[in-house]
Amino acid sequence: MTTAIIPDPEAIRPELAQPGSQLPVPPEGLRASRNSGFTSLRVGVTALWLSVIVLLPLAAIAWQAAGGGWQAFWLAVTSRAAVESLQVTLGISVVVTVLDVLFGLATAWVLVRDNFVGKGLIDAVIDLPFALPTIVTSLVMLALYGKNSPVHIHLQHTPPGVGMALAFVTLPLVVRAVQPVLLEIDRDVEEAAASLGANGLKVFTTIVLPSLAPSLLTGAGLAFSRCVAEFGSVVTIGGAVPGKTEVSSQWIRSLIENDDRTGAAAMSIVLLSISFTVLVLLRIVGGRAAKREEKAA
Amino acid sequence: MTSSFWARHLIRYVTLAYIGVMLVVPVSIILWRTFKPGFGQFWSWITTPAAIAALDLSLVVVAVVVPLNVVFGVLTSLLLARGRFRGRAALQSIVDLPFAVSPIIVGVALILLWGSAGALGFVENDLGIKIIFGLPGLILVSIFVTLPFVVREVQPVLQEVGTEQEQAAATLGSGPWQTFWRITLPTIRWGLIYGTVLTTARTLGEFGGVIMVSSNLPGESQTLTLLVNDRYARGAEYGAYALSTLLMGVAVVFLIVKTTLLVRRKRAKAAV
Amino acid sequence: MFNNLRIALRWRHVVALAVAVGVVAACGAGPSDVVGGGGLVNANTKITLVAYSVPEPGWSKVIPAFNASEEGKGVQVITSYAASADQSRGVVEGKPADVVNFSVEPDITRLVKAGKVSADWDKEAGKGNPFGSVVTLVVRKGNPKNISDWDDLLRPGVEVITPSPLSSGSAKWNLLAPYAAKSRGGADSQAGIDFINKLVHEHVKLRPGSGRIATSVFSEGSGDVLISYENEAIAAERQGKPVEHLIPPQTFKIENPVAVVSTSAHLDAANAFKNFQYTAAAQTLWAQAGFRPIDPAVTANFRDQYPVPIKLWTIDDLGGWSTADSQLFDKSTGSITKVYMQATG
Repeated sequence: MTTAIIPDPEAIRPELAQPGSQLPVPPEGLRASRNSGFTSLRVGVTALWLSVIVLLPLAAIAWQAAGGGWQAFWLAVTSRAAVESLQVTLGISVVVTVLDVLFGLATAWVLVRDNFVGKGLIDAVIDLPFALPTIVTSLVMLALYGKNSPVHIHLQHTPPGVGMALAFVTLPLVVRAVQPVLLEIDRDVEEAAASLGANGLKVFTTIVLPSLAPSLLTGAGLAFSRCVAEFGSVVTIGGAVPGKTEVSSQWIRSLIENDDRTGAAAMSIVLLSISFTVLVLLRIVGGRAAKREEKAA
Repeated sequence: MTSSFWARHLIRYVTLAYIGVMLVVPVSIILWRTFKPGFGQFWSWITTPAAIAALDLSLVVVAVVVPLNVVFGVLTSLLLARGRFRGRAALQSIVDLPFAVSPIIVGVALILLWGSAGALGFVENDLGIKIIFGLPGLILVSIFVTLPFVVREVQPVLQEVGTEQEQAAATLGSGPWQTFWRITLPTIRWGLIYGTVLTTARTLGEFGGVIMVSSNLPGESQTLTLLVNDRYARGAEYGAYALSTLLMGVAVVFLIVKTTLLVRRKRAKAAV
Repeated sequence: MFNNLRIALRWRHVVALAVAVGVVAACGAGPSDVVGGGGLVNANTKITLVAYSVPEPGWSKVIPAFNASEEGKGVQVITSYAASADQSRGVVEGKPADVVNFSVEPDITRLVKAGKVSADWDKEAGKGNPFGSVVTLVVRKGNPKNISDWDDLLRPGVEVITPSPLSSGSAKWNLLAPYAAKSRGGADSQAGIDFINKLVHEHVKLRPGSGRIATSVFSEGSGDVLISYENEAIAAERQGKPVEHLIPPQTFKIENPVAVVSTSAHLDAANAFKNFQYTAAAQTLWAQAGFRPIDPAVTANFRDQYPVPIKLWTIDDLGGWSTADSQLFDKSTGSITKVYMQATG
């Protein structure tokens, strides 16, 4: 999604490259005070915007869940349907995330290190799941794996069906997280290791993989979060079979439509907590891996 | 690292097979099902009055959401990339938050906040402004889910480029607005365009959140995605596929724009 | 300079595209989703009909007839179909509605309590129910599992599809039928509850949100038997789906209420629309669409299409909706609700 741009300093400031040019030093005091006033205003406006758009709605969930008391919260999140939906959601999400990591790494590898006809096209097409509305994904999956499947694979109302939809939607996440890092990797170390007699696989596991670990973990975190949160793409192919394909987002929707606002709020908090925890954990582990890489480099 | 001939080809073909099965085949099936009865059928199903009304509504939402997110996105990026203030880390996390929130939860949150029985229910009950079941609800959902896009594209650019050019301009007498317009904006141009395109595509495709907060009345409060769902639910399968193909067309346009931008970015980098 | 020129040209393309889209978007927007336009030209009033999930085949015939009639000229009717209780709660929450057509009376009562429908909505002819149906069993074409009565649903290995009573009106009718049959009209309510218990715990695996979704799920291959409205079964058969329906010897009479929302801004049009349903023309159209009419003359005409079951229980046999709903379906104390809660936790 985002490729980090590392610009050439000389390229942006050509005037510095020319000999003899000298930039005047601005008077610090005046600039500093004007900046800080400006900054406060900007902070205020931005904080207000983010509060109204992001924080207030999330606070409303907390307010509703708290309003029911601890008893109601506990009942709502330990009901059989709630627990089953979490099992389904987490179970399928873990499998799909592992799949994403494997194939995401392979895809990034093929796009960066390999060369073949149509590579550019494939690179462009990878982002399709980002741009496709989830309900369209759902219909696409149903057309291919539903009752009228042209390849006679019938996955409607089964966990693999949900898995396929989630794998489609999260396909680009790991690829785009790993790709820019793979591009930037210094191949000298690998070549040195190869010349010392290490075979391809050993070079990969001992040199390349550790340097990709942080981005792989980031990608995995994004993919897992997306799987857990997904709704639109699993709606038609999943069929919301309790205990098999009903994911937590569908259960939350049932709750709010049946006017169980406290239950919906409670389940939302559980789902959000899971996503946040995984993201934070992966960021920490990724950060540690990155630090280790820096020390080793 | 040179891998053996077999390893390289194995990885290549397994990966291509995966992408083929996961991406190419499903999309082709929809295209086949849509255009098999002919282009005429396709055209009539995407120009029914309800479809045109849905297009209208989706475009209106985009027209409100994108400028807001661009303006506040650039503002937030400037702040996060350049500002030094307390709570910067918190602001950064809040910007990243929408990525982890399910669209259903966004809908639930907005209902609990702005609904007639919600925390700010007085807005609807006393001031008569309908947020849930009204246009503002659709807009709030879309702003929430697309909030990070512009920031995540613009912020890294600002962080890499540094402030020297702006400082130079300031000393040469340029006011803050002028500096922004003539120096900062061109620098972030490509990131900003890409972020805008992402925001537009995502807004057009939003489904889980809007299905919660919309009254879903054909001709009035159905976005394109809601109409696709409606058509499928009532058994008008072909109509659902036809509209899906239209939305897929938008997605393809997005991919083309993205690739073009990438190429231009590379060219801009190489040219300087 | 070249760059500026190219950028200017590109912007022109974008603007041209935007204008073109705008022009297309401005013409022809409307609520009709039928190919070939359809819908009303020169509509001067617009009313919204909020209905339960399955009456679309009927309304799509009756609304054009209404527009062709004197009272309905120029009145555009926008329709919304979803699970009955969800729609009812939506209208209470603020979903725009001028006329409501729900599956079960309690969903109207909710609106009466919220002050949106007047308390005497059912005092006129027809008691507020212009059409109805009966509870039927829908099976795969050829009836491979040989289903003929309620007891067959409890045979081992038979999976039954019926919606969730929390959101669906159809679900309530579906459960009232075997309950009434087994409890002999409420005389032995424990026997009725025991049957429902066994049915829900051992044979119902899914929880589709509405009658229409239940039909979809069944058509997509899940389950052996679908309990549904006769009109929904007829609609599925007419769509060419490989299903057939049968009426069990004892079943339940379905009555679907239509009421005007008293807070409507177009009361005249709404009332005209509601009253139109009781005319012979509308009743015939309802009968043709698969619904059981209430007009005796029309009913006589369609006698062959709508056989009378051996025993047809009605809600009055169970003491009326207020009694039955609170006894069986109350959110916390209803006996059938409790069965479902135990099954789903």
